[in-house]
Amino acid sequence: MSTVSRGFHRRRAEVDASRVPPGQYVTRDFPVLSAGPTPRTALANWTFSITGGREPKSWTWPEFRALPAESLTADIHCVTRWSKLDTTWEGVSLDVLLAAVDSDAPYVLAFCDGGYTTNLPVADLTGGRAWVAFGYGGAALGPEHGGPARLLVPHLYFWKSAKWVRGLRLRDTDEPGFWENYGYNSYGDPWREQRYAGD
Amino acid sequence: MAGTAVRGRLSWSLATVGLVVEETRTVRTLSLDVAGWPGHRAGQHVDIRLTAEDGYVAERAYSIASAPGEPPAITVQRLSDGEVSGYLTQEARPGDQCQVRGPIGGYFVWEPAFGGPLLLLAGGSGIVPLRSILRHRGFTGSSVPARLLYSARQLADVIYRDELDGHSASGDVRVSYALTRSQPPGWTGYARRVDDEMLAEVAWPAADKPLAYVCGPTSFVETVAAGLVRLGYPPVRVRTERFGATGA
Amino acid sequence: MEPLDGRAVKGSAVEGSALDGNAIGGLLIEVFGAEMTTASSVCGSCGATRQVAELAVYRHQLGSVVRCRGCDSVLMVFVQIRGITCVDLQGLASLG
Repeated sequence: MSTVSRGFHRRRAEVDASRVPPGQYVTRDFPVLSAGPTPRTALANWTFSITGGREPKSWTWPEFRALPAESLTADIHCVTRWSKLDTTWEGVSLDVLLAAVDSDAPYVLAFCDGGYTTNLPVADLTGGRAWVAFGYGGAALGPEHGGPARLLVPHLYFWKSAKWVRGLRLRDTDEPGFWENYGYNSYGDPWREQRYAGD
Repeated sequence: MAGTAVRGRLSWSLATVGLVVEETRTVRTLSLDVAGWPGHRAGQHVDIRLTAEDGYVAERAYSIASAPGEPPAITVQRLSDGEVSGYLTQEARPGDQCQVRGPIGGYFVWEPAFGGPLLLLAGGSGIVPLRSILRHRGFTGSSVPARLLYSARQLADVIYRDELDGHSASGDVRVSYALTRSQPPGWTGYARRVDDEMLAEVAWPAADKPLAYVCGPTSFVETVAAGLVRLGYPPVRVRTERFGATGA
Repeated sequence: MEPLDGRAVKGSAVEGSALDGNAIGGLLIEVFGAEMTTASSVCGSCGATRQVAELAVYRHQLGSVVRCRGCDSVLMVFVQIRGITCVDLQGLASLG
């Protein structure tokens, strides 16, 4: 039983259905929300590692920044229904990073400063669909938005684009990450509205 | 300790908007007629739930601006693009309905028996629960001495100004303002963000064993609480309530 | 939920800076059936004892994460999906 409040409605926006998945609205904001304090890892101590392959591989910040990087524009979709269109980023493609590792493992668990984790299929990180992003909107990615580097996987709900990412753990089985453990969908395809487990 | 899944309990009551008062250009106080309202303590808050025709639900928490014994009232600041605050400050009118859960809170509360002297520190809309405390102190005829330091961007943003100036004029409460962005001509109050020097001038000496309530944006609360502890206030005598975002 | 609707309103964290246990007072009553902001919590990692009102609360849009103000360990997580609240208290040594 819920009383309807006269005149109250959700924020409305022009929705181009071909660009915005079902159930989403477009925002110009870029909400800053975290599950913990903003990590402040010094670049001198920062590494990105991929473990679980035949041999672990790790890059320091200078090594990471020496890799070929690309600029991209993407729409991002949050499971809480906001979408932000035409966001611009700069990052290193996961194709480049994963190519340095010898592995057939089908899944990863991404891990981050502060302890956050999220799981993804390797197939969703390759084929030009995922990056480790270090630039946003033409500038260095700020710490509140996940800097110095975050995962960027725009074709999935944005909680999968883990902030403050420090590496990937290759796995033979799909292990749920932080939010997935509490009932969010293991895969998270916004176009099929896979918000929660069982969707 | 383990985890568990719990079905949410139904604890929402029907509330009807009564009197609406424009406090500032962007701030409104809405008095609520809440079915079965059990009364509240000074400093508590309520959760407000709005449901749209299409079933969309939004919930927000607001401090109770009125004193125990008065009907519950909330003071809402309109945020640009604020879905709920926009509705409450621009659309809602007497007779409109929403749902209310509360009163909530047992930590950030004051009653005369707690004593003092009282030091109230407000950052922006953090003044709301502190105003409830001051009203309660007034209505109960409490003789607990009280001081208020209220930090806001500019004079036009000060909520309850007439009421607070009234406390000041009667000598009942020492009220100090810190206007951080702009000040009117001839302003003799503080014209900067709260800092240790200001606290040393405004706060009761620690030796008086004061009780402090600090409310506002997180950055304000943490700066002020740390400052009071440096002045010798025991942390247990500094109660804090952090609101989201934006500073005064 | 709405991005950045922050002032006069509890419940949104900006730039990683936390709110406190007051912000989830209603949620705690809903889950525990009692006023919990003055309840005493003991961190399972560092042993620090604090009232729930003094814990660091991050109201992420996907759920609320409550952390020890001293060591940042996750003490409690609340996620509400399809009318069910999932409560994880595994980070606490005790609560009450």
